[in-house]
Order: sequence, then C-alpha cells, then structure tokens
Amino acid sequence: MHIAIIGNGISGITAARYIRKLSGHKITVISRETDFFFSRTALMYIYMGHMRFKDTKPYEDHFWEKNDINLIRGSVASIDFDSNTLHFEQDFICNDSVLSKAPSHLQYDRLILALGSSPNKFGWPGQDLQRVHGLYTMQDLMQMEKLSKDLERAVIVGGGLIGIEMAEMFHSRKIPVTMLVRESSFWDMVLPAEESAMVNQQIRIQDIDLRLDTELEEIVGNDQGQAVRVKTNHGDSIDCQYVGLTAGVHPNVQWLKDSPLDIDRGILVNEYLQTNLNGVYAIGDCAQLHAPDPGRKNIEAVWYTGRMMGETAAYTICGVPTEYHPGIWFNSAKFFDIEYQVYGNVPVDISDDHDSLFWQDDDRERSIRIVYSTDDQVVIGFNLMGVRFRQEVCEKWIRDHTPIAEVMRDLVLANFDPEFSPYYHRKLQEVYEQKTGKVIEPQLKPRRFDSVFKFLKKEV
Amino acid sequence: MKEEIYPSMSLANPHPPFVDWVQKLGVGIALVGLGLMLVSLFNLAQTPSFFWISLGCMTAGTLLFAWRQYAGTHPGIKNNGVWFSGMTTRGLIAWIAGIFLTLFYVLLYWYPETLGFRSEGESTGLVAFFNPLSMALKNQPATQWFVYGTLYTLAIVLFGVKFLFKYRHNRYHILRTISVIFFQLVIAFLLPEFLERLNQPSMDLKNMWPLNYYFFFDWNLDRLIQGGNLGIFMLVWGIALILVISPALTYFYGKRWYCSWVCGCGGLAETAGDPYRHLSDKSLKAWKIERWLVHGVLVFAVVMTGMVLYTYFTGSSQVLFLNSYSVRGWYGFLIGAAFSGVVGVGFYPLMGNRVWCRFGCPMAAILGLQQKFFSRFRITTNGGQCISCGNCSTYCEMGIDVRAYAQKGQNIVRASCVGCGICAAVCPRGVLRLENGKIDIDQRTTDKRAVHIPYDEVGLMG
Ligand SMILES: Cc1cc2nc3c(=O)[nH]c(=O)nc-3n(C[C@H](O)[C@H](O)[C@H](O)COP(=O)(O)OP(=O)(O)OC[C@H]3O[C@@H](n4cnc5c(N)ncnc54)[C@H](O)[C@@H]3O)c2cc1C
Ligand code: SF4
Ligand code: SF4
Repeated sequence: MHIAIIGNGISGITAARYIRKLSGHKITVISRETDFFFSRTALMYIYMGHMRFKDTKPYEDHFWEKNDINLIRGSVASIDFDSNTLHFEQDFICNDSVLSKAPSHLQYDRLILALGSSPNKFGWPGQDLQRVHGLYTMQDLMQMEKLSKDLERAVIVGGGLIGIEMAEMFHSRKIPVTMLVRESSFWDMVLPAEESAMVNQQIRIQDIDLRLDTELEEIVGNDQGQAVRVKTNHGDSIDCQYVGLTAGVHPNVQWLKDSPLDIDRGILVNEYLQTNLNGVYAIGDCAQLHAPDPGRKNIEAVWYTGRMMGETAAYTICGVPTEYHPGIWFNSAKFFDIEYQVYGNVPVDISDDHDSLFWQDDDRERSIRIVYSTDDQVVIGFNLMGVRFRQEVCEKWIRDHTPIAEVMRDLVLANFDPEFSPYYHRKLQEVYEQKTGKVIEPQLKPRRFDSVFKFLKKEV
Repeated sequence: MKEEIYPSMSLANPHPPFVDWVQKLGVGIALVGLGLMLVSLFNLAQTPSFFWISLGCMTAGTLLFAWRQYAGTHPGIKNNGVWFSGMTTRGLIAWIAGIFLTLFYVLLYWYPETLGFRSEGESTGLVAFFNPLSMALKNQPATQWFVYGTLYTLAIVLFGVKFLFKYRHNRYHILRTISVIFFQLVIAFLLPEFLERLNQPSMDLKNMWPLNYYFFFDWNLDRLIQGGNLGIFMLVWGIALILVISPALTYFYGKRWYCSWVCGCGGLAETAGDPYRHLSDKSLKAWKIERWLVHGVLVFAVVMTGMVLYTYFTGSSQVLFLNSYSVRGWYGFLIGAAFSGVVGVGFYPLMGNRVWCRFGCPMAAILGLQQKFFSRFRITTNGGQCISCGNCSTYCEMGIDVRAYAQKGQNIVRASCVGCGICAAVCPRGVLRLENGKIDIDQRTTDKRAVHIPYDEVGLMG
C-alpha cells in the first residue's frame, strides 16, 4: 500500500513515523516548505540567534532514508480523488532543495492531509503590499530577516501568541516595535484579567509600544508598493518598514474548497480522523472535528494535537482503528521571560459556578490560579505564570474529580520548578487558609519525587 | 546526503549591536591586564605593582563586561545572538582565542622555560611576574604551575560571577556556581598553597583518582606515607573518596555532585566555557565516538594504575612486555597533558566546553556507568508539553540530544549527563526537571505516554 502524506509538519511526520513503526507500507511525504521536518515552534529562536535552522530539525537528515520514508519537495496543485492522483505545480521553484525533483503527478492508495494553517487577513486596505507578512513558514522568516536590515520600526497587528513572539524577535535585535491589539488587555479572550495584565506589564517592561483597544485601519504604501505607514482606528499614523500580521491563523484549505472534500473552516473529520472520502484522512491544524470531546474545540492549532492526531491516524490506517481523544486540555507558551502553563479548564470570567484561588507575587511576574466548581468543590483547572507544574499530577487531579481541599493539601506534588526554587505553592496554600480559615497540614515531604511517583501510580 | 542549505540567518544582518562601547571598554581593560602578562614574558614591566595592576585590570574588565551585559536586563534566558557572534561560532576571533589557549598549554606542559621557569636558580619572565602573589601565599617563589593555578582560579571566579549574573533567576545555577567557585578557590588553590607554606604535604582534597591519575604513583604514595598524620589522612581520604564517598553521592544525586558542583575541570567548563556549550556535537556519530573514547581512556587509566601499583609493591618495572614507567609516561603525556589540557581547554572556542569531560575523562566514565545503572538521578519530562524546539539539545554541553527523549515524554538517563541543568533552564515550556527518586530506579528509562490514546498498548511510544 502506498500512503501519501501532504505536509511535513509535526502531524504529517508523526503519522509517517508511526506508519513505519507499525508496517512496511510505502510512505511518501510531500512539502513545499522545506526538505526536512523542522520545528515551526522554534522559528523565533532562529531569528534571535539561539539556534541555527539545523538545530530545529528533530531528526538528522539521514533518518528518513534509513527509515524508508520518501520525501518530495514540491507543491500539490490539485488532487483527483477519483483516480487517487496528486498533481504537482509545474512551475514550483525552489533552489534550496537537495531532494530529487518532484514528479508531475503521484498515485496513492491512502492520503493524509496535514496541510497546516495560514495567517489570517481580514481584508485590511494595503494588506497585500510588500513588507507586509505573517509569520508561519520558513519563507516568512527569511522575509523577516531580509527586511530587518535598516528596519527602524516594525508594527505588529494582533495580540496572540505569534504576535508576542514576533515582538520578542524584533526586540532581540533592538528594533523598535509597536503592537496593535484589538482587545483591551493582551490575550484576554484566553487569560483571566490578572494574568492578562501581567503580560501587558511584561511587554511594556521591554519598552515595546503596546497599544490596546486599537485596530488597524489601513496600511499605506509608497510608489514602489512597499508598506511605509499604518493608520489605526484612533486616527494615529505610525511610520514603519515592516507590518506583521499575527491576528490568528486558519486552516490552509482554500485550494481544496472546490473539491468533493467536506470542508467547513477546516477539513471535516470523524473521531477516526477520516474525511468524507474513503481512504482520505486529515490531521493537525487543517482538520476540523465534527464532534470534539467535551472541553475541547473542533480546531486546535497546537503542536501536541498534531502529534496525537498523527499517531492516531497511523494506527487506524495500519489496521488498529483508534479514536482520537486528546484528553484533558493543556497548553503552554512564553511571554518574554514569563512561562505560562495551563491544565484543564480555566475560564476567562470566573463565573458563579466556579471559584478560583489566586496568588501573585509582588512584582507580578509569577502567579498560580486553581479553578474549582463552587457546588462540589472539585478542581477543574490550573493556570501558571512563571511557575512550573507537573502535567501528569494536575491531569490526575482533574480526571479524578479531586476536591480542592485535597489538592491544596498535596499541592507540593505538582511542583516542577528547578531544585532549590522558592516554595511558591506555599503562597497559594496561604491564600487558601486565609479564604477558608482552615489550616493545611501537609502530609507529604516537600518535593520528593518518590511521593509523586506513588501518587501517579495510585488507582482511585 | 548533502546538508540542506539555508543562508545563515546572520547574513542579512551581520552585526546586530549586541556589544556596546562599555562592554568594549571592559574587554579593552581586561586585554591591558593580559598584555602586561605577555610583556612580562620578555622581562619587561617586571615589578610587583605591574603584577597587581595586571590582575586588577583583568578582574575589572571582565566584571565590567558582565555587568554591562546583564545588569538592567530582565532576569531570564540570555541567548540572544549566540549564533551570530564570531566569538561563539568558530569565527576568526574564536580561532585566535583557541590557538592562543592551545599555545599556552603547549608551552606550559612542554616548554616551561619559555614562560621563564628555571629548574635551577631564579625564574624569570611570566613565572617570576607571579612571585608577589606566590610569596604572599606560601612564601616561595612561583613556578609555572602556580601561574597556571592562579589564572585557572581567576577564570573560574570571574566568569563564575558572570554566570551568576546571567542565571540570577535560577537558584540551582546560583548554588552550583557558588559551589564550584568555592571548591576551586579554597580547596584546590588556597588550601594546598597554605599547606605548602606550613611545610605540610599538600593535596587538592577533591581531586580524585582517576582524574588525579598520579594519586597511586610511587612518589605520591611515598610523599603521603612520609607526610605524618596529615599525609596518612590524605591517603585514607583519597581512597575513601574513590570507594565510599563518591559511589554514595553518585547513588543519591547522580554524577552532577562532582561534575557540576565540585570538579575543577567542570568548574572551568561551566564558567569560562559557558559561552561555548552549544558547540558540542549532537550527532549520533559523536555519541558513538564518545562511548569508545571515554571508556577507552578509563581502561587505559586502570591498566596504567595497576601496572604502577604492581611496580610499587614488587619493585619490578617490567609488567609482561611493557615497562610501567613508560606506560605511565605515555598516559601523562597523552591523557594528562594533551587531552585534558590542550584539547580539553584549548579547544573550548572550537569544539565546546566539555570536550575533555565528554570524550576523555576517566572519572566521568566511572561516574557515568554508575549513574546509568545505579543511581536515583534522572531528568523527568513534563507530559506532552514538549514542542520539539531543540533549545535543550542545542545548549547541552555534553552533546546529548535531550529533545529526542523529551518529545517522547521519556526520562533522560544518560551516562554522560553532568546534571548542569541548563537544558531545563533554557526550555521555554518548562518540560524538564532534574530529580532524585528511589522507588522506580530500575524503570527510570521506561517510556511514559506522550500521546493520550485510550488503551495502553497503543498509548506507549516505543
Ligand atoms: C511562529 C509559530 C510559533 C508557534 N508556537 C507554538 C507553540 O509554542 N506551541 C504550540 O502548541 N503550537 C505552536 N504553534 C502552532 C504549531 O506550530 C502548529 O499547530 C503546528 O506546526 C501544525 O502542524 P501541522 O503538521 O498541522 O502543519 P504544518 O506544520 O503547518 O505543516 C504543513 C506543511 O504542509 C505543507 N503544505 C501545505 N499545503 C501543501 C501543498 N498543497 N503542497 C505541498 N505542501 C503543502 C506546508 O508547506 C507545511 O510545510 C506555533 C506556530 C507558529 C507559526
Ligand atoms: S542533559 Fe541537561 S543536565 Fe545533562 S548535561 Fe545536558 S544540559 Fe546538562
Ligand atoms: S524539552 Fe523544552 S527545550 Fe527541549 S525540545 Fe522540548 S520544549 Fe524545546
């Protein structure tokens, strides 16, 4: 059987690796972006000089040949689902490939679509000018690098995770940055108010011109068609030589809209990640679940879901039908120097049904929040800023519907900060003691890995 | 297959202004101090005041540089531009530094006369330049080893302070850096010098066989045995270190207790060598070479020591067809001098800061075997949080591909890991933690699930 995979990102590559592990099927992975799999999440570190492109590749280049995974560098222009044929773009040029030239077409028995996302554009005037870019692909990064020379100011539109990464990137080169953020506080559709305010502060500490409640009105170009200025909805004009569009991403499926594939925002799939067409699967950023598990969204454009989907699809294709159940939500990010981790459900507005314990240090650089439901006092979510918690422990507490009192007593189990770090969890315990008037009597020795291990093995 | 070509990110913007004029001033001042030492090689400016000025300039310049680089910045990871600067990416200036260091080691080991050392009569040149400090400490004129010891210690202290600035947000790094500074300054440098002043047998109490390969040489054993109570204590201490103390500490904490908290070679690597940690080779091939080489050196050290002891107890210098004196001479030349000194430190700017520790140190090999099979130490990973970015692998000075484990949710139990904790510090997603735990010692490397799939046999990553 020949399995073709379009997209060599985390989802496509994970699928390929697992299919290889489970079977001897012929595997071909196609990408127009780079010859070899690299970590998109590390794009910023290349620009900042922490790593070379080479260091972002999780496998050495000889890995693919050794594991009999064929790689093709090329762009798929269309798919003929009746004859199971991929047609490649013929005038696709790339001068940095070491792979053999892409064929004109390719026959498959099973097809995995792992197409990833594209940056959103909301029809702003001037959005297609030169010097206006998103940050998604390696090519985007090269553009950014090229334009960084003699760059006097960059304007970033959109206040998401990629926007703040872009701000950090320019900042690392001492290039002045203005950020236009539509919301009244950074990422406040995801972060509760206090945490969101911490991020605002973090951005401003770095001397970045953060403009909240501000929307892009227009990008103004010069005679050569290059962006030179942006105008905001408050009537301000900001001179700049680079405009970064980071207002979210959408599934990269535009080019398949007229095909027989069922497409909504993404390619619609069932719990086996199968599309409406026989033998065709969609995974990663481009997939949209018909019926996501409770607490999960139908499109989740994050790294680990791509990995899980890749593995799941591989099992199904190799004869072990496996449903996709990503489990309890978690994620992480970094806002300049503040690490952020979330486990479970942390609503933006802690409503009547929920309550939360919250501790924040005086500098507003660290915080711990634990959300629980008011009626049965069961823990449902953890939000950490500048503090590391252990995923397996938080997950087990949430899965086992653990009462807040028990979590507070054993909070040390979740500690994942480096050895000798201050006991931040103690601070939250104090908040709990003040709030409830109860006194916590810890039963566990601090930070002993053995207790963690025992706890994780314990059946409920 | 050819290396895929991408224009280096630094091409379009080759000189981001990472070093400002204050830092350049710092470098300048430190270079004046260094220049005075070079001048003294030719017996110019040979006075105590110039000596103190020289040390003062090196100290002030380095500290000014470090202060300017990190003060006023927000505490956090400071790796901006590491791959853009020639100094840290094998550029011209790194080659110059490497050649300079290598040359120094060659002269030190094999041509000490060029540094001014005289076995008879008074020394001159650089060696004599250090007399003021040597007289103050032990009331004896300096030797080339005193010069070396002083510069070595100075480097650990000054670059240690720089490292403390850089990692001020992380207590693990603060404590272990204070620890290596203490062990170098007090235990390895000051204490032996004072003992010499008191005419007592002197010894670097933390320097253990087989890193200290001459511990069982006849002259050392005789010296200790004849050195009164203190000498006997040192002999017993040295043997207890090997047989009891070190195995116990390694069982509880892994080899890091030595390699990243105590050892002088490790101390220099972690402080002065820190800017070069990313240069370690991460390829599978390097790992293969490492295992052959480091264990080969260990075998060499054990065989050599066995022969030396045989000779000591039997008086016969011939063991089978080999002469134990010439074997020990070869060991000293090849491993003691050429590998640990010339390659180990001289090549910092070219091959990374732990070349010796990774490929050559017999001590590391023993501790590593113990760490792998009989220790509580491991690095655990935080579930599925890894984004495979590669920061951990890039900054692992031992060339361990940490990411390969982390992205599978697998613990990292590797013989070579010195427990520096840098992988855990640079990880932007809080995925790694160094731990000691006893219950699951034999399952430290078994796979954890990285993927949430309902039934177990599917969920495990093999
Ligand atoms: C800058 C940045 C930072 C991020 N940071 C994080 C993070 O910290 N944590 C996190 O969880 N997520 C992060 N993400 C999101 C994460 O990277 C994505 O969710 C993930 O990479 C998606 O993987 P994928 O395999 O679905 O698709 P992709 O990685 O996008 O791979 C799709 C590939 O398919 C190729 N392709 C598409 N169509 C065709 C065609 N017709 N012909 C040929 N090839 C085609 C594309 O060129 C691309 O290479 C980040 C994303 C970006 C851009
Ligand atoms: S694995 Fe981590 S702790 Fe071990 S040597 Fe490498 S960077 Fe240091
Ligand atoms: S462990 Fe951390 S540093 Fe290493 S690859 Fe994963 S996310 Fe990156």
